[in-house]
Amino acid sequence: MTQILVIAEHDNLHLKAATRHVLSAAQALGGAIHVLIAGFGCESVVASASQLPGVEQVLHCEEASLAEGGAENLAQLVATLAAEYTHILAPATAFGKNWTPRLAALLDVAQISDIIRVDGPDTFTRPIYAGSLWATLRSSDPIKVVTVRPSAFEAVPETGGAAPVLQRPGVPDSRLTHRTGLTLTHSSRPELEAARVVVSGGRGLGSAENYQALLEPLADKLNAALGASRAAVDSGYVSNDYQVGQTGKIVAPDLYLAIGISGAIQHLAGMKSSRVIVAINKDPDAPIFGVADYGLVGDLHTLVPALTAAL
Amino acid sequence: MKVLVPVKRVLDYNIKARANAEGSAVELSGLKMSMNPFDEIAVEAALRLKEAGHAAEIIAVSCGVTACQETLRTAMALGADRSILVQTDMELEPLAVAKLLRQLILREQPGLVICGKQAIDDDSNQTGQMLAALLGWAQATFASRLDFTPGASRVEVTREIDGGLETLSVALPAVITTDLRLNEPRYATLPNIMKAKKKPLETLTPQALGVDVTPRLQLLRVAEPPPRKGGVLVSDVAQLVDKLKNEVKVI
Ligand SMILES: Cc1cc2nc3c(=O)[nH]c(=O)nc-3n(C[C@H](O)[C@H](O)[C@H](O)COP(=O)(O)OP(=O)(O)OC[C@H]3O[C@@H](n4cnc5c(N)ncnc54)[C@H](O)[C@@H]3O)c2cc1C
Ligand SMILES: Cc1cc2nc3c(=O)[nH]c(=O)nc-3n(C[C@H](O)[C@H](O)[C@H](O)COP(=O)(O)OP(=O)(O)OC[C@H]3O[C@@H](n4cnc5c(N)ncnc54)[C@H](O)[C@@H]3O)c2cc1C
Repeated sequence: MTQILVIAEHDNLHLKAATRHVLSAAQALGGAIHVLIAGFGCESVVASASQLPGVEQVLHCEEASLAEGGAENLAQLVATLAAEYTHILAPATAFGKNWTPRLAALLDVAQISDIIRVDGPDTFTRPIYAGSLWATLRSSDPIKVVTVRPSAFEAVPETGGAAPVLQRPGVPDSRLTHRTGLTLTHSSRPELEAARVVVSGGRGLGSAENYQALLEPLADKLNAALGASRAAVDSGYVSNDYQVGQTGKIVAPDLYLAIGISGAIQHLAGMKSSRVIVAINKDPDAPIFGVADYGLVGDLHTLVPALTAAL
Repeated sequence: MKVLVPVKRVLDYNIKARANAEGSAVELSGLKMSMNPFDEIAVEAALRLKEAGHAAEIIAVSCGVTACQETLRTAMALGADRSILVQTDMELEPLAVAKLLRQLILREQPGLVICGKQAIDDDSNQTGQMLAALLGWAQATFASRLDFTPGASRVEVTREIDGGLETLSVALPAVITTDLRLNEPRYATLPNIMKAKKKPLETLTPQALGVDVTPRLQLLRVAEPPPRKGGVLVSDVAQLVDKLKNEVKVI
């Protein structure tokens, strides 16, 4: 019998959208689905989770040691619950990637990272080599610890269910790590990984000033999230959480605009599943044109303001 | 304090990976292999700790085929003091690598392990966290800054997370995994490459360490993803806007 535990991502106030994408991977597996909300002062998250469709039960662990979502305590907690399940699923985000391998090691099982397809109860497909290849793997472990690429699975709706909530005990604080600082980028824009439209800039923009002056008005017009190549982040145009790619965020919006981005394989790994890709680049041979549905060759300094004006 | 740095030999990041004709594995024969870029950052982080007087000795470790010796020589040319190869022709999963590393750590007793956050071939992003769990140690993944206070029992690590940056106070000993912006790795100089040839390289086996590395995952198939169909160049902004509005209707 397939028994799935989905570990929700949240900040004690809001359930992150990634969780609803993971649920749809869980539904593809079939079987009973439980959702774990582990945190502190996270009642509103529990309320949201219990409304998710297709969930049989919400487990709620309320404990100060879980407030920061630290890997040591969370992995320990999930390890105490794991025996009742055949599958443990979490999003392949910075949150999920941080603690799931720790859980897998505590359970002495392999982890299957970043799946993009469910092929069967024990068989999954995941990208390797920056998405150049897809590998299909079968696990022989009794418990499958799996992280799910959110952009590869449609999110389930926010409401439609009415799952009962069961309180479960937490775990004592390991005291191995504690948070001493948190700097979050505040933006009125949609979340990069959930946005319908993403406007992304690369080294071709030349400076942080140009990035802002050219891309923000365009993103405003399109109600888009802003993204960047690694070169743009390394050059200090924007902060690290804007990076799209193999080692940054993986996005698959309806529309992705790559502006002054050459299209290195590591960047393509993060955006080539977008529905429509537009590239603006002055180099007609730039590899980005190989994946773009629509390419515009020319100087971004004139083309981007013209595009903004035309929308 | 000793620092242990696991380094993986991977297909060079400039080379596009392809499946073999049978679709059963990745074709690696005859292709350029290099140190995983995140591990170069890990070696650099260890060197800077040594240069700042926080670390006494740097040990590089690689698990895999005999040719991983080259990767270890590179680590020693960059400044690692000695290295250990856990030699096997078996395909190693992250859990197996973590178990091999644990055995070496029980023997070497380092105060810190610095891994790459992910290997750019399998992109698993697991080994460091698994190792920390097996040792019962603290972990700090995706590090973009390390702040050591001499003699302190904890280290401050800044991590790249989804919404921005988080700083953790981390109890030592610990496992840290490196993100891209932790540092810019140095290049090995010719004299140091020569010197590295004389540095100690010990070879062990999984059997000697008492670790069962039998895979838990079976690779059924490796295939190229469905290609994106080629797009078109548009002549101007007006045509682009028209296509987006009327052809694909995304705006
Ligand atoms: C281990 C590893 C991991 C990596 N991970 C990532 C990752 O996650 N994400 C990522 O993005 N990269 C990643 N990279 C880096 C990647 O290899 C490229 O270096 C990077 O994507 C290049 O960024 P770019 O396209 O902005 O810059 P460039 O390659 O320098 O391209 C700039 C482009 O702008 C164009 N341009 C310049 N001026 C103008 C103008 N006036 N008008 C129009 N076009 C103009 C140029 O023609 C050029 O095509 C990684 C690399 C390694 C080794
Ligand atoms: C197409 C393909 C199919 C495969 N099929 C199988 C299979 O069927 N069965 C099987 O058992 N294996 C298989 N493998 C190999 C195995 O999956 C990988 O080697 C393993 O998953 C390691 O993952 P990773 O390197 O991405 O780990 P990550 O967790 O991403 O690595 C993170 C860090 O851990 C350290 N590290 C990782 N590996 C080593 C190492 N060997 N030595 C030293 N340090 C290391 C490094 O610091 C590295 O930066 C396959 C590999 C490929 C490419």
